[in-house]
Amino acid sequence: MTPTKNIEPLWWGLFSAGGVVAAFLVPIHILIFGFAIPLGWLTDTGLIYRYLLIKIYLFVLISLPLYHWAHRFYFAVNDMRLGVPRKPLAIFCYGGAVVGTVAAALVLLMV
Amino acid sequence: MGSKMSGTRPDKSKLYHPQMPATWWLQKSSYLLFMLRELSSVFIAIFLIVYLVQIYQLTRGPEAYTAFAQNLSSPGWVVFHFLALLFSLFHSITWFQSTAVVMPLRIGARELPRQLMTGLNIAALIAVSIVILIFFNMLRG
Repeated sequence: MTPTKNIEPLWWGLFSAGGVVAAFLVPIHILIFGFAIPLGWLTDTGLIYRYLLIKIYLFVLISLPLYHWAHRFYFAVNDMRLGVPRKPLAIFCYGGAVVGTVAAALVLLMV
Repeated sequence: MGSKMSGTRPDKSKLYHPQMPATWWLQKSSYLLFMLRELSSVFIAIFLIVYLVQIYQLTRGPEAYTAFAQNLSSPGWVVFHFLALLFSLFHSITWFQSTAVVMPLRIGARELPRQLMTGLNIAALIAVSIVILIFFNMLRG
């Protein structure tokens, strides 16, 4: 073991879990909240967020794909050879996902 | 490197540094598809953040929530969501394809054909989507 514990498997696990969540759950949410509600095919007054299980589900839905984004975006930008320094990029990506997770938890607890 | 998996890096002067232009991913359609797949995660993330902002509007009352949703009917947002839907479906399909390779399903000694695995996952995606739609319709009040 190195003195600084390597947390790469954690990021990879979150990437993978986020990939599954995004693959199975995101398309229908885009259909509902990107099309059906704005265009008036369905009405929604926000009552669905009363349920604790819905809050937990939405926390998973919103937070995990952010780690999927972080992992993909970090490596894609690296691979594109744009000369973006790695450390700030990693902080932006993985830090961004953590910030999004905290924001999702707070918002879902507030509503 | 020794036995360590990470934490130490090999001597940089001994590494081979291939010269690659920043546009390498535009030179072949398979590279371009790879980059588009990576880009799908950006659209998915933006959609989810916008959705979170919409939920946040509820702290200011249900009117703010519905007003936010109505603003999403503008052409710019419809185009964005159309692209986000295409990209998210692209992610789903490529994810199922890679799952079939990384985690093949075995029945006895036989491995299920990859295309069948992908097809089963697409069927599961449709089933899950219908279930979510039914639940949403039941619980939206």
